[in-house]
Amino acid sequence: MSSILIIVFAPLLAAIVAGLGNRALGSFAAKLVTTGALFLSCALSWPIFLGYLGGDVPAAVVPVLNWVQSGDMTFDWALRVDALTAVMLVVITTVSALVHLYSWGYMDEDPDQPRFFAYLSLFTFAMLMLVTADNLVQMFFGWEGVGLASYLLIGFWFKKPSANAAAIKAFVVNRVGDFGFMLGIFGTFLVFGTVSIPEILAAAPAMEGASTIGFLGMRLDTMTILCLLLFIGAMGKSAQLGLHIWLPDAMEGPTPVSALIHAATMVTAGVFMVCRLSPMFEAAPDALTFVTFIGAATCLFAATIGTTQWDIKRVIAYSTCSQLGYMFFAAGVGAYGAAMFHLFTHAFFKALLFLGAGSVIHAMHHEQDMRYYGALRKQIPLTFWAMMAGTLAITGVGVLGVFGFAGFYSKDAILEAAFASGTEMGRTAFWVGAFAALLTSFYSWRLMFLTFWGKPRWADSEHIQHAVHGEHETPDEEHGDSTHANVHPHEGTAGYHPHESPWTMLVPLGLLSIGAVFAGFVFHHAFIDEAAFWNGSIAYNEGLIHAMHEVPLWVKLTATIVMLIGLAIAWLAYIRDTSIPEKTATQLGPVYRFLYNKWYFDELYRLVFIVPALWLGRVFWKGGDEGIIDRFGPNGAAWVVEKGAVAAKRVQSGLLTSYALIMLLGLVAAVTWVLF
Amino acid sequence: MDFSHSLSLILPEIVLSVAGLVLLLVAAWGGDKTSRAITIASCVVLAACFAIVAPSVCAAAMGPDTVAFGGQFTADAFAGIAKLMIFAAAGAALVIAPAFFGRYGIMRAEYPVLILFSTLGMAIMVSATDLMTLYIGLELQSLAAYVLASFLRTDDRSAEAGLKYFVLGALASGILLFGMSLVYGFTGTTDFGGIRAALSGGMATGALFGIVFVLAGLAFKISAVPFHMWTPDVYEGAPTPVTAFFASAPKVAAIALTARVALDAFGAQAGAWQQVVIFAALASIVVGALGAIGQANVKRLLAYSSINNVGFILIGLATGTAEGVSAMLVYLAIYVAMTVGSFVAVLMLRNAEGEALEAISDMAGLSRTKPLLALCLAMLMFSLAGIPPLFGFWGKFVVFQAAVQADMVALAAIGIAASVIGAFYYIKIVKIMYFDEPANVVQGRSDWAHWALLAISTAAMSPLGYLLTPWLGELADGAAAALFLAA
Repeated sequence: MSSILIIVFAPLLAAIVAGLGNRALGSFAAKLVTTGALFLSCALSWPIFLGYLGGDVPAAVVPVLNWVQSGDMTFDWALRVDALTAVMLVVITTVSALVHLYSWGYMDEDPDQPRFFAYLSLFTFAMLMLVTADNLVQMFFGWEGVGLASYLLIGFWFKKPSANAAAIKAFVVNRVGDFGFMLGIFGTFLVFGTVSIPEILAAAPAMEGASTIGFLGMRLDTMTILCLLLFIGAMGKSAQLGLHIWLPDAMEGPTPVSALIHAATMVTAGVFMVCRLSPMFEAAPDALTFVTFIGAATCLFAATIGTTQWDIKRVIAYSTCSQLGYMFFAAGVGAYGAAMFHLFTHAFFKALLFLGAGSVIHAMHHEQDMRYYGALRKQIPLTFWAMMAGTLAITGVGVLGVFGFAGFYSKDAILEAAFASGTEMGRTAFWVGAFAALLTSFYSWRLMFLTFWGKPRWADSEHIQHAVHGEHETPDEEHGDSTHANVHPHEGTAGYHPHESPWTMLVPLGLLSIGAVFAGFVFHHAFIDEAAFWNGSIAYNEGLIHAMHEVPLWVKLTATIVMLIGLAIAWLAYIRDTSIPEKTATQLGPVYRFLYNKWYFDELYRLVFIVPALWLGRVFWKGGDEGIIDRFGPNGAAWVVEKGAVAAKRVQSGLLTSYALIMLLGLVAAVTWVLF
Repeated sequence: MDFSHSLSLILPEIVLSVAGLVLLLVAAWGGDKTSRAITIASCVVLAACFAIVAPSVCAAAMGPDTVAFGGQFTADAFAGIAKLMIFAAAGAALVIAPAFFGRYGIMRAEYPVLILFSTLGMAIMVSATDLMTLYIGLELQSLAAYVLASFLRTDDRSAEAGLKYFVLGALASGILLFGMSLVYGFTGTTDFGGIRAALSGGMATGALFGIVFVLAGLAFKISAVPFHMWTPDVYEGAPTPVTAFFASAPKVAAIALTARVALDAFGAQAGAWQQVVIFAALASIVVGALGAIGQANVKRLLAYSSINNVGFILIGLATGTAEGVSAMLVYLAIYVAMTVGSFVAVLMLRNAEGEALEAISDMAGLSRTKPLLALCLAMLMFSLAGIPPLFGFWGKFVVFQAAVQADMVALAAIGIAASVIGAFYYIKIVKIMYFDEPANVVQGRSDWAHWALLAISTAAMSPLGYLLTPWLGELADGAAAALFLAA
């Protein structure tokens, strides 16, 4: 099992080489080292995963080093591999390797490629550290590591103020979640006396309702409060309702980053954590209800916003947020296998959608607004088919019992589990999830239709204008503005010819398409139905699985039906009669604006948190720091020294008599002092 | 103790005095053209004395065997280590002088002779265990120093410096003598051991007066606040090699003497003088730091720097423990090397006509015109500021450590805080040298002797200096033990 060491540490080594080598190493060598390391990790991860498919493979723990020995608290740095980890391993290494390769093409013109690839590999290492954690502190290390890498990558184009702002926003919002996570870890150590995950999980079932704990002056059920605190961490990392605001802004980062970090891997860390600690959550039914509620709410809320956005990446970002909501309410109703399965399939089709979107953006000269797309089906056919596979997967196209795309199996399983759970919250989640599936279908097809069907609307795009000038006029940019008026748009295309992406970008699209098409069909049995596959790495609810298969047929068909409705609406509005969207938006003015402005969350937070925080900061800065600390500290001391220096100079008059006088006065003073 | 043993103990002093008299005769007969030969001969004499004293230091000589002439004179390891520093500093003052005076055409043959006599006085001071011996040594040193201060007699500032030094020195001598007479009057003896025995039972107020007066007289010599007023004027006015000499050798002698008087003669009444020394230490640190800030003349600045450093040295004395004395000696050794190096660097600042530059503003941008000189000076400044990893930090560290061990935490804390103020003007010089627009007035080549001394000093202050710490610490511990055995 020592291959796990290579899997985890090869990306770290590559990140160090590429990061420290940087310019001296050169772009090509940096790309080769990092991408090579990731493909090596990926190649070693798949055998481990496939080994678990056989079932009944025990967990393996590979110790690395003795980490902390402090009083009662001792734990090692150890890599834990079980079925849950194995699933994450293949997801992370596969998507990461493909994103590395994709970035060869996408980042080709960037001058800072070694830095970019070093960050990507560093992120991968931290993520692997997170999923192989054997104790909570090690998980927290990985947790913070991915947060750091995310911050660095969102702000990769640090000359863009919006990218910097987005990076800081992501970091700060995640700190809020991390604070909860930390409190959860502290509390867990307090209650269980250990941070070792297997020991905690073994002790958790006996703790259900066994004790209460004082928190913020209240007596609360111990397990409930611990799980809620841990879940706050998961909410921050997985962008759940309330702590979701950073994820759409994180799209300021390069698109491969969005695909890797903000779709396939890091944002699913919260789901992974809940599944990893599932025996703990099972011992806290109230916390699970809360998880279900947040998941369902996020699922719906993000989907509604997704229907109104124009930026192609933001649509997919809200879609990610919404899909994460599915995963959480699946976990909340106890279907951890279904949650992990959706995480698994989602990684493929969402990474595919992001990379496809990146390919479109690449083709459209960095234009991201879908209003300026249209009719790209013929221009970039390979990208189109890849996006199509992704859309079929996310909307859950499939025929019951025959074949379905990846999302068909996983989303169905989640909805069925929610229905089968029998709880009131579960039933609610089912209906919310079904409605969100309709919206998912609608915004996904809206994206496809706006981008690939219809007539070209490229001419109004500033990016395309720039590109056209660059191609048709002299390469000398100084003349660009003077010829601006002379351009004659050719029927909405402005004479622009989108070009298909290079092979380095198309190969990952192709491979991910395979995953999006077949991942559900091939693996759904193992993930959903086989307790032997999980082999105790998550809480496996036998009764729930049974009930899932017994749900009425209309429940099983719900997902497909709402998908078709969503598709029909999208077709009506964006192909048949393109005036519908505008009319609807006008008629439902307030609702539309509410959705378009993302439920005014940013504005609300600005009012409630940011403005008071800035005010408080200003008080401390002007009043506390400058008014008190600086005034009586450094500045005051400097003032005293300055005056002292002047006084010392004045005393030094150069007059012999005054020197003698001072000597004698000093003598008198000394005698007086000694005498008394 | 037989007479011949006593003579063998004062061998360095005999050599110095005989050599001084002979060379004076040579100078009188031969005139200024013999100055070069006399300088070399003086250096040889100092080296010989160094060699004579060194074994007693290495062997940590102490006890009755080191006492000569019935207790009037003691050649123990404590006196020895002080003498080694004095001889080395005096040698440096000799080596750097010809290049300086040569430019003015006034390298007089009397200069090395005066240095020798002054050194003889200092050697007697540090070995004195009797008030009479003490006074003889002190006056011999002082009289030579007054002449040295006004050595550029056609220069107004030099003459003024000599006169001021003489008048105030006479006043200090008067205070010292008055104190000595009181001490004698109330104890009936001039011998340190006798005074200690007389004071150990209890003390009359008159004796207390005497102690304070004696220490005040000595404080003048080490230029501790408030008896420091002469220092900036004299340091600025005296020829730079003489200033380098004043800032190093006499400081060592006066501090060693003060330590012996305080801990040996007045050791039984430590409570009486400790408060005064603590006050003088803190006042010196603060005034030295504050006074330096406004200075535009680098020699004046270094004068305040020496006042500041004396304060730190006095912290070691104020503890009244063997650790404190050992730390004080370590600090002294480091201080002498730093201060000689700094003055040598100042000597090397000359304009195209070979005239000495003393304004700090002339050093602007020195890093670009004279990078090596600027680097050495920068290292010395950082070292004086006590910034690790330079060796100057070690001296401050051991002194503060001794203060903390002696439960004088407040003293150490105030000292550390005040050293921050001092750091300001040291670092300001570095800033002027490295970041200001070049003034381009520093020109010409420097004497090899200057370069050699500067190199030695800078190397010792570099982190390499820490290689010396075990050895230096051992010698200082031995010397401190010798002092406390006598006491």
